Amino acid sequence: MIGLEHFIGVSSLLFAIGFFGVLLRKNTLVMYMCLELMLNASNLALIAFSRYHGGMGGNVFVFFTITVAAAEVAVGLAIIVALYRKRQTVEVDELNALNN
Amino acid sequence: MTDIFFYIFSITALACAFGVVFSRNTVNGAMCLIGTFLSMAALFVLLEAYFLAVVQVLVYAGAVMVLFLFIIMLLDVKEAAARKTSIYTWAASLIGFGIMIVGVVAINSAESIKTKAANLPVAEGVNLKAFGYELFTTYLLPMQVTGFLLLIAMVGVIALSKKANTP
Repeated sequence: MIGLEHFIGVSSLLFAIGFFGVLLRKNTLVMYMCLELMLNASNLALIAFSRYHGGMGGNVFVFFTITVAAAEVAVGLAIIVALYRKRQTVEVDELNALNN
Repeated sequence: MTDIFFYIFSITALACAFGVVFSRNTVNGAMCLIGTFLSMAALFVLLEAYFLAVVQVLVYAGAVMVLFLFIIMLLDVKEAAARKTSIYTWAASLIGFGIMIVGVVAINSAESIKTKAANLPVAEGVNLKAFGYELFTTYLLPMQVTGFLLLIAMVGVIALSKKANTP
């Protein structure tokens, strides 16, 4: 029987994988995709809690999270494109203008 | 039956998530991310949040990932494939991942989140009418604020995408 703990397990593992990707990869676009993965993992946890607790709160909150994430992706990608125009790179290692 | 579907979709989601992290080609990573989002939508269906599953497919697997692929192909980054990840980066990220896994094990071994199958409440996310009712009564102010947020995001993206020296 699948219970709350299974969904929370999948969601927390997805969050951990997204975190791993943000730490490991140096490409800004891949890091951003891993951030989206973490955001989605938290959505899954919220829906699972909402399902097993009863009530609409979690579902409505996930609806708002998805909206905010869509806005965030649009702005973030615009920033990455602006950065690429300025520096001709998306690698975080080469974005060292504020270093020393 | 539900159990089999749960295992199929959660394993697909986790495998595709690893694909995002480890793929050398950014486009392959984006495709893997679409796979993760679709299997998470299937998990939402298993949790009886049908409306959110549809929204997940439309907004995430549709709009957001199209935007990502568009930007990836627009920037056309090729040199990233040849770059080697340093041993320090590997060590640091593996340590970070290990700490997260400790957290995952701690959460999942907690007694308080274990459910008894008998007392599962009625799923209220099924009812689209109830969803709309909640959005326009209890959560009316957040709804309006979200609308403004989308407007602000749109204006911000237009301002960012404009060339700096054009009037």
